[in-house]
Amino acid sequence: MPERKIRVMVAKPGLDGHDRGARILARCFRDAGFEVIYTGCHQTPEQVAAAAIQEDVDLVGLSCLSGAHRVLFPRVVELLRQKDAADITVIGGGIIPEADFPMLYDAGIKAIFTPGATLDSIVEWIRTNVQPHQ
Amino acid sequence: METINKISAGNVRLASRLIRDLEDKLPHAHARLKKLFPYTGKSFIIGITGSPGAGKSTLTDALIAELRKQDKTIGVLAVDPTSPFSGGAILGDRVRMLRHAEDEGVFIRSLATRGALGGLSQAVGDAIHVLEAMGKDVIIVETVGIGQQEIDIIHHAHSVIVVMVPGMGDEIQTMKAGILEIADVFAINKANRAGAKQLHTELSSLLNSTKLSPGAWRPPIVMIGNLYEPATFTEKTAELAQKVADHYAYLQESGQLGKRIERKAMMELNDALRTCIMEPVIANLTASGELQRIAEKTRNREIDPYSAAEEISKRFLKSGGEK
Repeated sequence: MPERKIRVMVAKPGLDGHDRGARILARCFRDAGFEVIYTGCHQTPEQVAAAAIQEDVDLVGLSCLSGAHRVLFPRVVELLRQKDAADITVIGGGIIPEADFPMLYDAGIKAIFTPGATLDSIVEWIRTNVQPHQ
Repeated sequence: METINKISAGNVRLASRLIRDLEDKLPHAHARLKKLFPYTGKSFIIGITGSPGAGKSTLTDALIAELRKQDKTIGVLAVDPTSPFSGGAILGDRVRMLRHAEDEGVFIRSLATRGALGGLSQAVGDAIHVLEAMGKDVIIVETVGIGQQEIDIIHHAHSVIVVMVPGMGDEIQTMKAGILEIADVFAINKANRAGAKQLHTELSSLLNSTKLSPGAWRPPIVMIGNLYEPATFTEKTAELAQKVADHYAYLQESGQLGKRIERKAMMELNDALRTCIMEPVIANLTASGELQRIAEKTRNREIDPYSAAEEISKRFLKSGGEK
């Protein structure tokens, strides 16, 4: 039986349009053998959650460089919970002060990657912590 | 059974999971599909194909908007290529369809080709059945960006839109067999660019020289201009939606729809037979190590592959017949 492919979604909620990082990550996930749904910039958390469910992803990677992560990231987790999709892992990255880590972890963000994190370390984290839905 | 009921009632979570199970060929997936089959066969299926970057996803987005004005529920299957090296894929068609993400009447699902070469993925037929069972009025299947002959879409869609853009070659290209023959509707996208008129002339001349029996459908050509001039863009994409609806009406009135459905049924049966017969035989021979032994023999020129296959087929088909 062929093994289950990991499906991930890379999304940028909010108004920040700096998507270089998100695109590099999407490419890196592709090269790691994941199926990557790339949904681009300027999305509402509602759009992100709806798309994640329609695509049956195992993981949503949120990128935010504008400082709105304290509102946007927890909202995505909350919406997934409401839609009976709490099993989808949500991780975040971008310009995120360390002081905000605890509140994001409390809100259900499973990992946070900031500038300096290597691509390999992110892929490795996913391989270790994300089991494809069965 | 509960899962089946929920999917036929439109449950997105379960439907999407089933599509994934079908893609991954999980053993229970086809058992579920069997139960869903009675609910299928009622949707209008539109195929949209064309070269990479021609605007298939953008036009799909526009078609969704038009069809939603008529209150039709819509399923979209958007296929993008799998990397031949890593097995991964970037599925980026949704980027053009973001405005429909929250509309509960629209279900968009991206699929990776996973090695299929006909412009679709192997699971696309099964995925169409899942969307049909959900009760979608219209299903739009967007192929990967294609070249001249990836025409698998005709086995799945009732109406096929071929999206072209100017500047892709001279009239010799329009004479060739393959992709241009499968269009029910042509869209010349980016028609504000140089060469669009010429492409229109070449396509018209191609159609003029095609022999049509009386009453037969002549593929219309819709010129669609700049996306960033929303008024005219919307007007033209509405025209595209209308031409597709006209084609569907033609299929129904002329009896051609029945023929296309029959063609689709035949293809599905062929596919299922291949899966049902080939896969267990290969699995059996692999498990016993025989496949490897035969491969070694053919490598050493002790036996040719044709005789080996004949012998195997005799053995397996006979044992099946005796049961």
